Order: sequence, then structure tokens, then C-alpha cells
Amino acid sequence: MTDHVEPASHPAADSASHPAPDPSDAHGSVYDGLLGGDPSHWAFGTDFEDPLAGVDTTVPDGVDAGDLGTYCQMLADDALVASQRLSQWTSRAPDLEEDIALANIALDLLGQARLLLARAAAADPSLVPALPSGSPVPPEDALAFFREAGQFRNVRLVETDNGDFAVTVVKLLVFATARLALLERLSASRDHVLAAVAAKGVKELTYTRDYAGRWFLTLAQGTDESRRRLDAALAAVWPFQAELFATHEVEARVAAAGVGVDPATTADDVAVVLAQVFAVSGVDQPTQGALAAVQGRQGRDGLHTEALSLLLAEMQVVARAHPMGQW
Amino acid sequence: MTTLKERAVAVARTVTDPEMPMLTLEDLGVLREVEVDEDGHVVVAITPTYTGCPAMAAMRDDLVRSLQDAGMPGARVRVSLTPAWSSDWITERGRQALRDHGLSAPGRAPARGGPVTLSLMPTRREIACPRCGSAQTELTSEFGPTACKALYRCTGCLEPFEHVKEI
Repeated sequence: MTDHVEPASHPAADSASHPAPDPSDAHGSVYDGLLGGDPSHWAFGTDFEDPLAGVDTTVPDGVDAGDLGTYCQMLADDALVASQRLSQWTSRAPDLEEDIALANIALDLLGQARLLLARAAAADPSLVPALPSGSPVPPEDALAFFREAGQFRNVRLVETDNGDFAVTVVKLLVFATARLALLERLSASRDHVLAAVAAKGVKELTYTRDYAGRWFLTLAQGTDESRRRLDAALAAVWPFQAELFATHEVEARVAAAGVGVDPATTADDVAVVLAQVFAVSGVDQPTQGALAAVQGRQGRDGLHTEALSLLLAEMQVVARAHPMGQW
Repeated sequence: MTTLKERAVAVARTVTDPEMPMLTLEDLGVLREVEVDEDGHVVVAITPTYTGCPAMAAMRDDLVRSLQDAGMPGARVRVSLTPAWSSDWITERGRQALRDHGLSAPGRAPARGGPVTLSLMPTRREIACPRCGSAQTELTSEFGPTACKALYRCTGCLEPFEHVKEI
């Protein structure tokens, strides 16, 4: 008897189980059908060249075009950065349904960001980063992929790390509640594009806010562990919420012109909704103070945490490597 | 004799949704307008179901190609953002087509007016299983494989199915 076991003999053990297709094979290659023919089966390989094709983008009377463009960037950057963060959950969420839900929410926000960046570029073309002449990158992509962190105007809440699922739920609840309240008012904007994006966004954010609120309640009333994590998440996220309602001078001007919304006017309504969620969930109103501005500057001024630089590096690296790329 | 616009409308009405090919764009309610511009080119207006709907480009390409194949080259597609799409715009024929293909059709979209109310309980819908007709169905997730659908499961026949959301 021996303790040495000979490996079983497999005649084909040293050849690949799936040999590469031979392109000169008389029957052709499995890839042949992908080439030529009808390009329409590349359903997602092309996209609308102009997401505002045929939409009237005339700047309304009484508002500075630069202010309107900058304001659109603020709303767009909140959505874009939140979308990028949420999409980091893809394939990593607690279960498949949440994976799909978070990806859907990220897609809604990405759609809003795209239209808003296109609107920013149409209002004030000088905001769009310069690219090599002949670059096919559309203006909204140039704004998304070729600005530095200091040129992003999102609130800091959306750029912070996802943390665990509880942190993501609390962040999403605060963000969706504030954005829904804002877009409800923005639906009456004198700018037709902003009004349209807002009216559509209200419908989408209604689902998002309900989703986050239900998970907040579930985690609060779930197990000791889910409650512990929710409490910790709320304490960690709360310092970022005040910034959502701090009025930037650009927001004040576009609000005065009837084109934008002063976020401070939404604070009370948002607080009522959040208090309702806290009460139903049996969670005390958080008391943590607001994250300080730095020399008076916050996210809307381009002042960000390190987290945004890392997020943008990942989001922008491929586009920046190929400024002449056609996607 | 039919006009160019009538011919264009007839063609545009046959183009189907890339994600739900049992539905025409007209039945889905995203085909908003067909016009002929001063230069005699067809201009079709479509509206996205959800803002981030990635199927818009496929819809545009299908419309342009179908019109070209029907002898109307140079057609353009423009985006219509207002009013925002509602699932109430899905036609009765479209709803039947959804059911015939195992998809649950949306109920009435929530009425708008005043602040949007928060709902912390699962969405309640009267939904019958599109396969076996049982009313014993349960919500799996408010979000599904495309932006416009929720996931359900029939506790009668145990089959999962998709429900087109009210919006």
C-alpha cells in the first residue's frame, strides 16, 4: 500500500478545454455574426447624440446665463456623484433585489445628471472644459469627465463613502427627501428644461424616497445588529445634511429670478418628512452638529472631502485617457 | 392620395419598444408627435419613460431606419420632455399585449397635486398573476430589470413576473 496517489490520467489534460476559434475555419467563427450587418442590434452602443435634441434651450429673460449654467451644474453634480456612489454597490449589495434597486436608482440619477449637464452647457458654453479640437466628446460628457474635483459643485453628503448598507440607506433617505422637495418646487421654474427635468424627477424620487424610508424602518425595527448599525449610520451622516439647505449666492440669484429654488425654503418640509420616518422607526431625532465650512466654502463652492477625488479618479480615468474616443 | 405625414405616421406607429417588443412605441405612449418640416423631412418626437432610460437611442435608430426603409430618408427624432411620461398613456391594446406576454400592466398612476406623500408600507396594488390569473401575488421588489418595472411573485403558481410600475 502506498500513500502516494497517482493523478488520474486524462489524455486531454494538457490541452485547453475551450480552444480559441480558428478564424479560417470553413464554418466561420462564432464572432462573425457580430460584425457588419445591421448596427441597430448594438442597442446601447450608441446614445442620443444630444439628450436635448429639439428642446428649446433659450435662456429665460432676467437670469444670468452663467448663473443658470452653474446652478444646473450644482443639481447635476449632486445627481452624478450620488449615482456613481450608488453604482459601486452593483454586484455587492446584500441581495440581488437591493443590487437591482440601487442600480435602478443610480440610473435615474444619471439620467437627471445628463440632462442637467447638457442644460448647463447649452446655457453657458464657457463652463465646458476645452478638449482637443475634433474631439467627439459631447459637452455633458466633457463636464462629467474633464472637470477637476474643485470644479464640482455637489454637496459633500453625496461624495462620502457608501459605508455599510445602513449608511447608504440613511444617506439616500436624506438626499432623496431633500431632492424631492427641491424638484417639486423646481417644476414651476421659468426655465422650461429645468421645469421638465424636475417634473420627471419628482416621479422617480418618489420611489427612491419610499425605498430608503422603508429600509430605514426595517433596519431600525429589525435586529439588534441592524439597529446598532442604523444608529451609527445616522450619527455619521447627520453632520452632512445641513449643507443641503445652505443657500449659495448663485442659488439665491436664480431663485430670485424665478428660475431656481432656494434650498433653505425646503428645509422645514424635509424636516417634517424625516421626523415622520424617525417617529415611525422609533429613532430619536439626531443632534450632531453640522460639518463646518472651510474658510466659508462648502461643496457648492468646490470645497470637497478627499473622497470625491478618489471617486472621480475612478469615474474619469478611461474618458481622460481617450479624449478623442468615440463611445 | 395619402400625404407624407400620413405615411410617416403609419410607419412610426409600427415601430416597437426595444425592451418590450410586444409593444409599439405608440402603445407605450412614448411616440408623441409626427411632423413634416419645411424641407420635407419627417420629424418624430419621443419622450423617455424614465429620465435615464437607455433605450432612447435604440428607439431613435429604429424610427429613423424604419422611415428610411419606407422611402422617407433624412428623418429626425427630437426629444419631448414635457409633459413627463405617465404609465396612464399605455393604450388598452398595449396593456393587453403586456398581459399576453406574461407582464402585469400598470394600474392608475398616482394623482399629482400637493406635496408627494411618503409611503413606508409596501406599495399595495391589486395585481393578478399574468400566467395563472391568481390574485395571490406578493411584491418582491419595487425595482426590476428595467427602470419601469417592479418584481412580483405569484403564490398560487409560484412563478415570478414583472409589473409595469405606475408613474
